[in-house]
Amino acid sequence: MTAAVFFGCAFVAFGPALALYIFTIATEPLRIIFLIIGAFFWLVSLLLSSFIWFMAATLTDNKDEPRQRDLLIFGVLISVLIQEMFRFAYYKLLKKSSEGLKSINPGEKAPSMRLLAYVSGLGFGIMSGVFSFVNTLSDSLGPGTVGIHGDPPQFFLNSAFMTLVIILLHMFWGIVFFDGCEKKKWYTLLVVLLTHLLVSALTFISPYSGLNLVLAYIILVLTGIWAFFVSGGSCRSLKLCLLCQDKDSLLFNQRSR
Amino acid sequence: MPEDRGGAGTFGGRVMLTFMASDSEEEVCDERTSLMSAESPMPRSCQEGRQGLENGEGAAQWVGSHQQSKASGQEPESEFGCQDRQRRDERTRGQESEEDHEEDPDRYVCSGVPGRPPGLEEELTLKYGAKHVIMLFVPVTLCMIVVVATIKSVRFYTEKNGQLIYTPFTEDTSSVGQRFLNSVLNTLIMISVIVIMTIFLVVLYKYRCYKFIHGWLIMSSLMLLFLFTYIYLGEVLKTYNVAMDYPTLFLTVWNFGAVGMVCIHWKGPLVLQQAYLIMISALMALVFIKYLPEWSAWVILGAISVYDLVAVLCPKGPLRMLVETAQERNEPIFPALIYSSAMVWTVGMAKLDPSSQGALQLPYDPEMEEDSCDSLGEPSYPEVFAPPLPGYPGEELEEEEERGVKLGLGDFIFYSVLVGKAAATGSGDWNTTLACFVAILIGLCLTLLLLAVFKKALPALPISITFGLIFYFSTDNLVRPFMDTLASHQLYI
Repeated sequence: MTAAVFFGCAFVAFGPALALYIFTIATEPLRIIFLIIGAFFWLVSLLLSSFIWFMAATLTDNKDEPRQRDLLIFGVLISVLIQEMFRFAYYKLLKKSSEGLKSINPGEKAPSMRLLAYVSGLGFGIMSGVFSFVNTLSDSLGPGTVGIHGDPPQFFLNSAFMTLVIILLHMFWGIVFFDGCEKKKWYTLLVVLLTHLLVSALTFISPYSGLNLVLAYIILVLTGIWAFFVSGGSCRSLKLCLLCQDKDSLLFNQRSR
Repeated sequence: MPEDRGGAGTFGGRVMLTFMASDSEEEVCDERTSLMSAESPMPRSCQEGRQGLENGEGAAQWVGSHQQSKASGQEPESEFGCQDRQRRDERTRGQESEEDHEEDPDRYVCSGVPGRPPGLEEELTLKYGAKHVIMLFVPVTLCMIVVVATIKSVRFYTEKNGQLIYTPFTEDTSSVGQRFLNSVLNTLIMISVIVIMTIFLVVLYKYRCYKFIHGWLIMSSLMLLFLFTYIYLGEVLKTYNVAMDYPTLFLTVWNFGAVGMVCIHWKGPLVLQQAYLIMISALMALVFIKYLPEWSAWVILGAISVYDLVAVLCPKGPLRMLVETAQERNEPIFPALIYSSAMVWTVGMAKLDPSSQGALQLPYDPEMEEDSCDSLGEPSYPEVFAPPLPGYPGEELEEEEERGVKLGLGDFIFYSVLVGKAAATGSGDWNTTLACFVAILIGLCLTLLLLAVFKKALPALPISITFGLIFYFSTDNLVRPFMDTLASHQLYI
């Protein structure tokens, strides 16, 4: 496959995450550290879920195709569960560390929990996306023809878009999850878990129909809107941002009426 | 060993993880040490411990900055670097030309600003902690990227073409048990060579054989910068099928090597020096990756971390002896091959008089200091800038911001060896490489955190290498099948 496919898919999958990293995280050292710790937590959750799947696979030791597929589905579900558990664990760790930071260093402003929610979500997302897609990407540089056996030829593009949606979803889930933990709204955690399970389950549907991709993007938009409102955004602030007005002029307009 | 004395955490001052001392450090050390030794009678809380790491000794040590005020005279001013270098020189002589064991892990402990009030120190410590962690992340990441990129593209470094004399047992055996036994024996030989070299270096240091060490270091860095670069360039050109005539090659290698020698051993722009240090660390790591057989490499990495842990924390270790000797003699420290992210060399002061601080700080611009460091670099530099106030032989030039973090090159090398081996042997899997990379960074983070918490010398290798090894084996054997199966079914978690 060509270099165009490689670069195109790489930028489709990782472009937004890279832009978010460069513009919001790369400038602050503490955020970079929290991002990497978030990535590490995701990695550990993957390790744990792989171990469970591996144990299950070796214990059953059944070579039937449907049995293997069932085991895989089981592995996916367990993995999602463990990822959300580790997200909660990371939340607990951040809570403890921010208290510690405040007590030791009262002068310095510790990052807010909202910011940490965003950073941790992005960390999870980046690691998840990279692990899902990097091997596929490196294969796309090599020789071959996609879809030579009748599979759809948009394999790489589909994977790239799916990776993108997963990365962004992790980010939104992080924001919503942490907010739910902060405000003790435990149903939020359940909703995040169910949404994650839904998105993963969608990939069980034939990956070649494109339906799972469309549904995933719909879920992305909905979760994004939810995260926007949870993190303090409002219709007014959105209008301010889009119309490039500052607060004063808006107030002035209102006052003059 | 990183030492964190007093209230200052490692972050506030100079956190130095000195690991390998290559040759050229000696020169640089001299300047720096001469600068530092020109300080007030109270020794700069700079300790330099060096572990003879030559062959994989992972003497990554954290150096904590500590207040001189708090350093109740127990600042070891060890000249490990000298000993290590000497040992390294010895070893280099006995090695094949391909072997490059110049790196000695040098532990560099430097204390930070003396005489600051403890509260301020703590605040400053934590304020700059994250920044210093990132200042270490960037070069470590760059070195790993260079190594992984080379491993993945240049076939030469993954081909088996013999072994080092320190790993004489072959791994091409029929049974698994025999192979494991051979790798353990290889490791034992290498570690014992390192221990012997360290002790030899301690002995040499005790008998003040500095010239010998200097010469050895120069020779080592010459070999590294010229011979290994030539080989590397040759292989890269072969891989990409680019022709280069000998005059051009000669000009390129000569310029690269000469500028490298100047930058590393003498003076040069900081960024250039950092770049050269990263490049030679990468070259060394590539040599190790090529010539260490697979299982031996993993066992050696594990053994080096254990040795580092033992050598730093045990009271009878050769490193401790070196530190104590240097402290007794109150001699200038020989900075080993350390990567420094500092912009300014601090000339430490014995006492900091708060009342005179304002007056003293004026002529001591960071830029000015940097310029004078670059232009003068003589032992008399502190005298040149000696303030008119009596009793202050030097001036505290270092501002908190400029106190960079120093990491020994041995740390770079062993981190890169781990990641490079993961890239070379991980069956073409990028997930393993990335997992090891993240694990090493997290280990580095944790080590810095522990240093800030415990405020004493800690080795930098063990945590990172342990995490790296755990993640390598688990990702290769557990995660890879899982992710491959998921990818083949196009499932996403």
